[in-house]
Amino acid sequence: MLQLTLKQNPPVPLEAELISPDTLARMSLDEIRALPLQLGKHRRRLDEFFDISGAPGLELKLIGDLSRVKWLGRGMSQGRIEIVGNAGMHLGARMKGGEIEVHGNTGDWLGAEMSQGTIRVRGDAGGQVGAAYRGSVSGMKNGTIIIDGTAGLEIGMRMRRGLIVVGKRVKDFAGLQMKGGTILLRAGSEIRAGAWMVRGTIISLAPLPLLPTFATSCSHNPLFLRLLARQLADWDIALPALDDQGTYDCYSGDSSVPGKGELLIWRPRNGSTVQ
Amino acid sequence: MLRITGGRVYDPANGVDGQIRDVCIADGRIAAAVGDGARTLDASGMVIFPGGVDVHTHVAGGAINFARAMTPEDHRRTVAFIRTQTQRSGLGGMAPTTFATGYLYAGMGWTTLNEAAVPILSAKHTHEELRDVPIVDKSCCVLMANNEIVLDLLENGELERAKQVVAWQIWASKAYGVKAVNPGGVAAWKWGKDAKQLSETVEGYRKLTPGTIITGLAQIIDELGLPHPLHLHCNNLGAPGNYTTTLESMKSLEGHRAHLAHLQYHAYGGDDWNTMRSETEAIADYFNAHSNLTADAGAVLFGNTVTITADGPWQHLLYKLTGRKWGNLDVENETGCGIVPYTYRPSNIVNAVQWASGLELLLMIKDPWRVSLSTDHPNGACFWRYPEILQLLMSADFRRDCMAKMSEEAKRRIRLPELDREYSLFEIAIITSAGPARALGLSNKGHLGIGADADIAVYNQDQDISRMFSHPRYVIKHGEIVIEEGEIRATPLGRSYVIKPQYESTIEEYLRPLFEDCYTMQFENYPVELERVEHAELRNCIPAE
Repeated sequence: MLQLTLKQNPPVPLEAELISPDTLARMSLDEIRALPLQLGKHRRRLDEFFDISGAPGLELKLIGDLSRVKWLGRGMSQGRIEIVGNAGMHLGARMKGGEIEVHGNTGDWLGAEMSQGTIRVRGDAGGQVGAAYRGSVSGMKNGTIIIDGTAGLEIGMRMRRGLIVVGKRVKDFAGLQMKGGTILLRAGSEIRAGAWMVRGTIISLAPLPLLPTFATSCSHNPLFLRLLARQLADWDIALPALDDQGTYDCYSGDSSVPGKGELLIWRPRNGSTVQ
Repeated sequence: MLRITGGRVYDPANGVDGQIRDVCIADGRIAAAVGDGARTLDASGMVIFPGGVDVHTHVAGGAINFARAMTPEDHRRTVAFIRTQTQRSGLGGMAPTTFATGYLYAGMGWTTLNEAAVPILSAKHTHEELRDVPIVDKSCCVLMANNEIVLDLLENGELERAKQVVAWQIWASKAYGVKAVNPGGVAAWKWGKDAKQLSETVEGYRKLTPGTIITGLAQIIDELGLPHPLHLHCNNLGAPGNYTTTLESMKSLEGHRAHLAHLQYHAYGGDDWNTMRSETEAIADYFNAHSNLTADAGAVLFGNTVTITADGPWQHLLYKLTGRKWGNLDVENETGCGIVPYTYRPSNIVNAVQWASGLELLLMIKDPWRVSLSTDHPNGACFWRYPEILQLLMSADFRRDCMAKMSEEAKRRIRLPELDREYSLFEIAIITSAGPARALGLSNKGHLGIGADADIAVYNQDQDISRMFSHPRYVIKHGEIVIEEGEIRATPLGRSYVIKPQYESTIEEYLRPLFEDCYTMQFENYPVELERVEHAELRNCIPAE
């Protein structure tokens, strides 16, 4: 495993899209030390900012407060990045495969436009998780993003497939213009969840402020939730899906688009709590 | 001074069809001979074309700039031009930036272009962007068929005063020709309507019809003696069954010269999107029999692009069809504009019909001198994809390979499978250079006769036509080598062609109060000063007696 330890916090964001298993696995340690990173308008060597140890391979461990290091793992297709500390914006953007785990917080645009792979964040994430970049037709096309803490604005914006799970309450516009895929909000969200959604599913285990353009359709426990619950059990995340636990109130919308998306809001039976 | 030896020369205007001969250049022009001190380029195994001329493209001004701003997703995926000693930075893609536009055109062997749609209100902006399009020479057409001052005069039958106004406005915008887009339709769009039939009264008027606007403008332009005839984007663009409107428009132009822009978009049969088919044969038959007309193809290639046109109502419909982004501009009393990113897909039958129709027109119109290569950039495809169209025109087998992927249903709606014609290099030189130069009335362009501008493209002779025309070995602009061995060597500023038709100065007294009443701009600030146009070159009008 290759280990990169941050020596000094860069004064301005450091653009580090080359720090990805796809690039580093094929290189010698000397080549890795000389890799160019963009700092503002200057080009710097990687070893100016990082101490390097271990052997190059598909496993990569980054240590330190990397909240000013952007584009880590951009477009990666294989391997694993473990970050002990925080990570900056665009972590795992456009990734096509592999795995990222962060023991800390991340910036905005986590996993933006990703098409495959898994990202797990133990702390909080910023806004635009799995979103489409400005102007793009769609956001994440597949893959899984799991955040234990909170997330910011516009998570899953224009996402087409895949799964986003957020442990704590997220900010406004979750699933904005969503076209497909699933967002699981384990602690609900601020206002305007599902605005302009065309298709896809937003599940909330806590009450949500609903937009007036969502209509009540029914209360039930859709079968697919049992499959999703089984998948989430692999990450030690509980999803209630059985009738004796409660039911989901289903709403369809956003009728202002008009869209056929669904919002599922959990209603526990007799105050049974969700954990 | 320069001498190019050993190449096969294709110079249709002078009847040269692939003979090996020397081309001599002195003082930026083609010369009969040059002295021994001249640099010699060995062009053995290469072909020599007059530099390409684009009669209809959209590369500068408010609309294309709006398209650039609306498509950041394309800027992310496109190849960037990095700044060097001779070259500015820029981006290619669906709507290339100004400097990149010049590099991309010249990089393909094109040396002259005509920006086809300029509202007078944004003419200053357009000229400033055209100044930043290096290497190529430029001209532009000013939009007139929805200008409310002109329409009011045509409504009242005041043709003589309309002529004075048109002449004044051409000079005010420092234009080279007059463009009519969906005559009356864009004015009607401001009432939420369109003008689809030539004989229907335009919304907001008592008796004015698109037909009166077309014939009125064509007559005015012939009387003023503009070098380029009325540049017409017919009514009812893009709609199934619109070929009847196009035929009517062509009939109404009998006795006048006219250039029909992006004819492909006006050659559809059928009643709706489910029955839409190609009617290029009817259009080509009429066109072949009427030599007063020229046209450009407006061909479509599959892939991503962004559509921009002054035809606001059509763009709203396209937005409704695609559900993608939509930009809409209103240009006060003059015109409008709509912008919608679009992807042409071979699996979409409508797109397949469009793709085939453009090629069908190029193959069915018998006289290559009267039909120019265009994609109505960026509407049908980006201009830097022209070499792909040349390959389709030169190889019937390649066309068949492309059609093999199309559905049987699509093939039933097109005529392309029956067409075996293959373009020769001589004919390619006509539709890319000699023909459009003649349609534009640019006598110094599109040929290699003595005295012509030394704008030359030298291509490697290659079986792969697309590769051959994508990467010229040399491009010479005004006698200077600008592209050599695939690299940009020099980026001189091109010239801008401007005409000054005759008008009586008293017309300003008529226009001034209308302006003060209706425009947001001061009358004095309205015209583009000649000093603002970089390397302006005035061309003559020959008024009809």
